Amino acid sequence: MSIESIVWLLPLPPLLAFFLIVLFTNRYKALSHSIAIGAALLSWLGSMVVFFRAITTEHLGSNPFASVLKWLPTGDSWLQIGIRIDPLSAATLFFVAWTVLMIFIYSVGYHNFGQPQGDHDKPGLQPHGVTVADEHGHTHIVPSIEPMYSRFFAFIGLFAFGMYTLVVSDNLLTLFVGWEIMGLCSYLLIGFWYQKPSARAAMIKAFLTTRVGDVFMLLGIAYLYSAIGSLSYSEIFKPETLQKLALTPAIGGFLGLSAAGMIGILLFIGTIGKSAQWPLHVWLPDAMEGPTPVSAMIHAATMVSAGVYMVIRMFPLLQAGSEGGHLTAAMSLMTIIGAFTAIFAATIALAQNDIKRVLAYSTISQLGYMIAALGIGAYVAAAFHLITHAFFKALLFLGSGSVIHGVEHGVLHTGEHIDPQDMFNMGGLRKKMPVTFWTFLIGGFALSGFPLVTAGFWSKDEILADAFGNGHWVVFITLALAALLTAFYTMRQITLTFLGEPRTKSAQHAQETTWTMTLPLMILAVFAIGIGWTGISESFPVIGGLLPNFVHEFIGGTLAELPETIPFSIWPLAVSLVVALGGLTLGWLVYRNQKTGAEDPLKIALGPVHTLLKNKYYFDEIYNRIFVRPAYWLADKFTNQILDRGIIDGVLHFIARIASNVGGVLRNYFDKPVVNGFGDFVGEGIKKIGRGLKLIQTGKVQQYLLMALVLAFGAMFYFVFTFVQH
Amino acid sequence: MIPLSWYLIFAAILFCVGLYGVLVRKNAIAILMGIELMLNSININLIAFWRYRSSDGIAGQAFAIIVFAVAAAEVAVGLALIISIYRRRNSVVADDMNMLKW
Amino acid sequence: MTAEQLIFLVVAVVTLVAAISVVTSHNLIHSALWLIMTLFGVAIFYVLLDAGFFAVIQVIVYIGAIAILFIFAAMLTRRVMQDAGPQTNSNWWLGGLIATLLFVGIAFVLINWQGFSSPAPELGNPSGRIIQLGLALVSPDQYVLPFELASVLLVAGMIGAIFVAGEKKQ
Repeated sequence: MSIESIVWLLPLPPLLAFFLIVLFTNRYKALSHSIAIGAALLSWLGSMVVFFRAITTEHLGSNPFASVLKWLPTGDSWLQIGIRIDPLSAATLFFVAWTVLMIFIYSVGYHNFGQPQGDHDKPGLQPHGVTVADEHGHTHIVPSIEPMYSRFFAFIGLFAFGMYTLVVSDNLLTLFVGWEIMGLCSYLLIGFWYQKPSARAAMIKAFLTTRVGDVFMLLGIAYLYSAIGSLSYSEIFKPETLQKLALTPAIGGFLGLSAAGMIGILLFIGTIGKSAQWPLHVWLPDAMEGPTPVSAMIHAATMVSAGVYMVIRMFPLLQAGSEGGHLTAAMSLMTIIGAFTAIFAATIALAQNDIKRVLAYSTISQLGYMIAALGIGAYVAAAFHLITHAFFKALLFLGSGSVIHGVEHGVLHTGEHIDPQDMFNMGGLRKKMPVTFWTFLIGGFALSGFPLVTAGFWSKDEILADAFGNGHWVVFITLALAALLTAFYTMRQITLTFLGEPRTKSAQHAQETTWTMTLPLMILAVFAIGIGWTGISESFPVIGGLLPNFVHEFIGGTLAELPETIPFSIWPLAVSLVVALGGLTLGWLVYRNQKTGAEDPLKIALGPVHTLLKNKYYFDEIYNRIFVRPAYWLADKFTNQILDRGIIDGVLHFIARIASNVGGVLRNYFDKPVVNGFGDFVGEGIKKIGRGLKLIQTGKVQQYLLMALVLAFGAMFYFVFTFVQH
Repeated sequence: MIPLSWYLIFAAILFCVGLYGVLVRKNAIAILMGIELMLNSININLIAFWRYRSSDGIAGQAFAIIVFAVAAAEVAVGLALIISIYRRRNSVVADDMNMLKW
Repeated sequence: MTAEQLIFLVVAVVTLVAAISVVTSHNLIHSALWLIMTLFGVAIFYVLLDAGFFAVIQVIVYIGAIAILFIFAAMLTRRVMQDAGPQTNSNWWLGGLIATLLFVGIAFVLINWQGFSSPAPELGNPSGRIIQLGLALVSPDQYVLPFELASVLLVAGMIGAIFVAGEKKQ
């Protein structure tokens, strides 16, 4: 089987799993998860084959694995779609396949497979536990299996299909198809527990916010198609095409942009929505309403990464028209938004108490890093950070899910009514949940950029080095500050959750989770450590030349010219070490003695600023006031009541009333008297005539004779006087 | 020299008297008598016309003979009917025999 | 005025008076008797019309049979106090009007007819007329068919009358 055929087949197993589960195996939980995991395994296997072939191919960037087929006839030619595996998509395929498989396996344990059905669990609500009795007759409540188990696997199967499609496609159209499928699945999965009002609100918010971005992206795609006549990467990235786009001004000379700049900005706005950058970041924290595997997959490893993947892919277009390192308008926008978002989200994460919210804001912040990196032209660094972030963020989310499960076990056991996701209700879990602890620690250190042994260090360091090396000072300082905050809040999270002593009874009774949950954690931890070593820069002191800078060579080969390596400079490294280690230490110091019920020390330190941070700078309230309420007003008051019910229904009712009245008039004044009257008249008239005429038949012969004679005389006289001439 | 007209006028008067009797009299037998008068007037007409217009021929006479026979038969049957009705309903008033009414 | 005319007028008047009495008499027997007188007058007219045979037939058949039948019927259907009250029904005026109109009409038509006042022509072969009549009634190319039919009619009438008026067997 040729490599291209394998690539075509990669998205199909999860899609097939989706259909099989939805149509046939919804009732059979074990069969459903087996189908789903089997599909993920198949795709993983195919991806590994493709990846290994890809890395052993020379010059994959200039001749990628490609295959097209004719799809829609358009006049004389065909719209073609196809697959394309160049280094960027090969690397993306690698981490997508691994993280998807890990998350699928994790979901089995997360949804409590093997546990009995709940006491009063209903589809649409989180499982609430089931009472079991042990051999002594003691009853206690244990976690129960998710009622909508198979549905979950069906949805994540569909999701995986969307992501694979996006990664292997060779044109913007099928990329957009995959993009939208993932948007749909994100909607369905965030609102998985659809009976919860907060989940319902979150699913709509996610979909609509990303929709705003998607509209602009679609505009960009349409503009691109109308300018070039093709959406295929090979067509777009031809030097002549890029040149042409860079030189033609945008429609209407919009802000003096070139066509390439306009398209780039429009496409980037899609990423702002999908990757939750400011100002469209508001959906991602709320999306934590979904089950944790969803958060891991969608909001760490795959969907939000898709946004960054798309802009990395379109980098030549975004860069078109720049000479010698000068940033184009699109790139400047990306830099500004990316850097701002990085620090903005990091500040909010400081004040969050929910374990998943911290990670959500952390994701937003890290995505900002990647986008800022791309904005300043650090192509390889951005891609590298994308890969490492996928692994350690997925690890962190899955770890948090494990923590929540552990604490929930304690909640069910003790019957306490506390929020199992609040970090201030945890503590001391390192003893109770060791595997989770160590893997979470590795992930957290990777996120903070702990030197040398974690992947996050290498990728983050590269971004900072690029910023420093190309002289973007503001970006450098902003990103460094964000790194400091990242390390701080990460250590805060780890300290509050795992270190110290348990602050509640539930935390005391927490339990390690099953192997289906801890195995993926361990595997991802291996990657979180090791993947960084594939991208060590050549000029790094001491260990620089030991391993080739595989990432740079391979992924950099995607571009037409291999990007130049930044020469090593001690300053970014020093700053990176200081902020990482300093932040970690600070976080540990502040929180290591956190007692039950005590105030957050940060709150005391920052005072009213803390309230601002905790309420996410009131952006949700602002958006609600500016956008949501007017939209509701428009929909309800204007369109519904005034336009629809008032005017349209009013016109209809009016016409109906007129018709009814006309009908009534016609009925009463024409139909009944005239038509009925005529009919009745004829009938009754004949009856009356008959009744009258019958009286002639008196039975008296003499009267008959008289009548005959009278009439005969009458006739005779008539004839005599008309016809006889005297 | 009796002109034809006298006979014809006489027959006409007799006919009309008979008609009056038929139309006006209550008693059924009296009605039959009126019919007899009408038949007789017809006979006079026939014989008069035979005498004055075609006395060589025989048609008028033959006609009159037949009229005689018919009149006799008719009276016989009519009176038989009246007697039968009288036996049933005990009345010969023509107006009482009105069962064929509406 | 010749003797013929005088006789005619006298007989005519008598006959008409009798006829009127037939239709206006209260007593049914009286009507029958007046009918006899009318028939007799008509017989005399036949004589005046040189149709003596018919006069005799008139007397024998009409007066001798029919009028007697009338008297029988009148007696058989007599009830006590039957002849009291008016003998005319409620439409007598209309009947009178019709009769008058009919007479006026006939008279009108007759007066405008040419042959109205023609005198009587000569009568030839007076004695052979009866034989001629007899032969006409039975010869196949003349009037045998009406003659035979009249016979059938009389038989049928007779049987019918016997059947209708006969006593029903209990």
